Amino acid sequence: MLRFLIKRLLLGTLTMFAVSLVAFGMFFMLPRDAVATMCVKNCNPERLERVRVELGLKDPLIDQYTGYMKGIFVGRDLGSAQGGFCDAPCLGYSYTSSEEVSDIFARVLPVTLSIVIPASVLWLGLGIGLGMISALRRGTVFDRLAIGFSLTGASMQLYFVGGMLMIIFVYTLKILPVPHYTSLWDDPLDWASGLVLAWVALAFLFSAVYARLSRAQMLETLAEDFVRTARAKGLSKSRAYGRHALRAAITPIVTIAGLDIGGALGGTVITETTFGIQGLGRTAVEAVRLGDLPTIMATVLISAVFIVVANIVVDLLYAVIDPRVRLS
Amino acid sequence: MSLSQIGTDAAGVDATAVPVAPQPGMVGRSPGRLAWARLRANRTAMVSGWIMLFFIVLGLAAPLIELLYGISPFEQFQDKIANNSLPLGYFGGVSGEHWFGLEPQLGRDIFIRLVYGLRTSLFIATSAALLTTALGIVLGIVSGYLGGWIDGVISWVIDFALALPFLIFALAIMPTVTARFYGPRDEIPVPFRIGVMIFLFALFGWTGTARLVRGQVISLREREFVEAARASGAGLFHILFRQLLPNLWAPILVSFSLAVPGYITGEAALSFLGIGVVDPTPDFGVMINKSLSYAQTDPAYLIFPGVVIFLLVLAFNLFGDGLRDALDPKSSR
Repeated sequence: MLRFLIKRLLLGTLTMFAVSLVAFGMFFMLPRDAVATMCVKNCNPERLERVRVELGLKDPLIDQYTGYMKGIFVGRDLGSAQGGFCDAPCLGYSYTSSEEVSDIFARVLPVTLSIVIPASVLWLGLGIGLGMISALRRGTVFDRLAIGFSLTGASMQLYFVGGMLMIIFVYTLKILPVPHYTSLWDDPLDWASGLVLAWVALAFLFSAVYARLSRAQMLETLAEDFVRTARAKGLSKSRAYGRHALRAAITPIVTIAGLDIGGALGGTVITETTFGIQGLGRTAVEAVRLGDLPTIMATVLISAVFIVVANIVVDLLYAVIDPRVRLS
Repeated sequence: MSLSQIGTDAAGVDATAVPVAPQPGMVGRSPGRLAWARLRANRTAMVSGWIMLFFIVLGLAAPLIELLYGISPFEQFQDKIANNSLPLGYFGGVSGEHWFGLEPQLGRDIFIRLVYGLRTSLFIATSAALLTTALGIVLGIVSGYLGGWIDGVISWVIDFALALPFLIFALAIMPTVTARFYGPRDEIPVPFRIGVMIFLFALFGWTGTARLVRGQVISLREREFVEAARASGAGLFHILFRQLLPNLWAPILVSFSLAVPGYITGEAALSFLGIGVVDPTPDFGVMINKSLSYAQTDPAYLIFPGVVIFLLVLAFNLFGDGLRDALDPKSSR
């Protein structure tokens, strides 16, 4: 188990390293002039030149990269124009909002977490629950309804669902406030009522996929010999299906769930744009609109970290659920 | 287990299997014919297939429809817009003249913009699907057949590409690529934007097909017909594309038909976020993005494009599922 863990961690680090190289190369080699995009108004050539030197854009690319990476782990001095010394984890200094990028993230990350974590609990519960029940009641009205639900959900667009939810619950029935974010610790009720539409919209789309997948998995598992054996030796239905079959059927779902949650944490771009909530995703969209390269770069890195970490967690969970994985 | 009603005579026949020797009184049918018969028998697939075809024809014939309908997608009907910038009349200004009403503020006709939006969407989605499938086939088949370090490298790249968050990367790539070719004040032409979008889809999308093809090739490469081809001195190209590829069409076709709705969604999402197609060009994503700020006052503006894109994606998805059932009845989903 320990060897497995170390191997996974090493592989994850390697992937992260590659992601950082790609992201860095993309930003600092591609644009014709990063500085010109950042100061559109009153930029004379002299000032442009000064900014370039100050930002270190004149240094060789390798120095820029190592400087950036060093900033993440031990912090670095960004110069007086950019707020002086920047503590680790230093992700650079925003061109447009005059603050350190890490401060921006400290503000918006809780928002995205507040959207994704409750939503994923909801979508996993709903999706797997629906899939399992419809597999056990195959061919009944419930099963047909569940299939219809998952087909609809899989073809729906998040912004359309989100917009419709807002029209119904906020503007017509007026039972919910316009979506917004309040800290959970300040006012739990306001936190929930401001975000519940985002949870429902995300859960509706995602659970459709899970319902479909877990139904297929469960049907396959129910046909296996070991389930019949479990029933034949006198185990109750709930024990045979709920414990024996579920455990076998759930492994592929764990993989997809881990990746989806990791991906969603890396930016619920569309959800946040639809509901106008300022989280990681919306910050990225705005940074792109304003040409704020350090913020974009940091978003790419952070969302990749989430995916890589999710991958490792999935592999570990896999090893816990399925003993065969540990040995290989 | 599936929605299809598979004929008993066809059930369990593998589309790629060697046909059994014909028995007396039976008419031999090719795997393709069998699949077609299964598809014909699947009502859901047929209905969604017709709807899909309807949308495609609508998109292709957009200029013709404009001629019949008499309104261009850029024409503004300011006289039908009230002072509060909302269209006059009920449900977003629906009338005999404007079937789906008018856009708030600019007063453009929603129906004709949706017809042209279909064109944008289907063009980008189909090109992206074709490109990713072609790329995926070549890389997958090479990786699966050659094995060794080539396989190692390609597989690692696939895993790596899966670790990249698509939307965030797209958000990041779009402005950098644009900044490479155009200055901050330049007008960015629409074909360039569309080109970058297709390039982005290709960059991230080929991995799925490549994985699928690679897996299939690995299971086929030790089969006798490949060995026979090798023994008779066939070149690499011949083995890959003349011997192996014909055996892979069924899964490739299925993955292609399911890729198209994926890219329809993806294209709309990018345009929704403002990094795809931009305003004067008719597009679902752009429309829905603008409609959200009118959700309270003019819900029809959201509902029409939302329902159309939902039906479009649903029809493609259902047809793709039907195709999978027809081509590979044994596969579970």
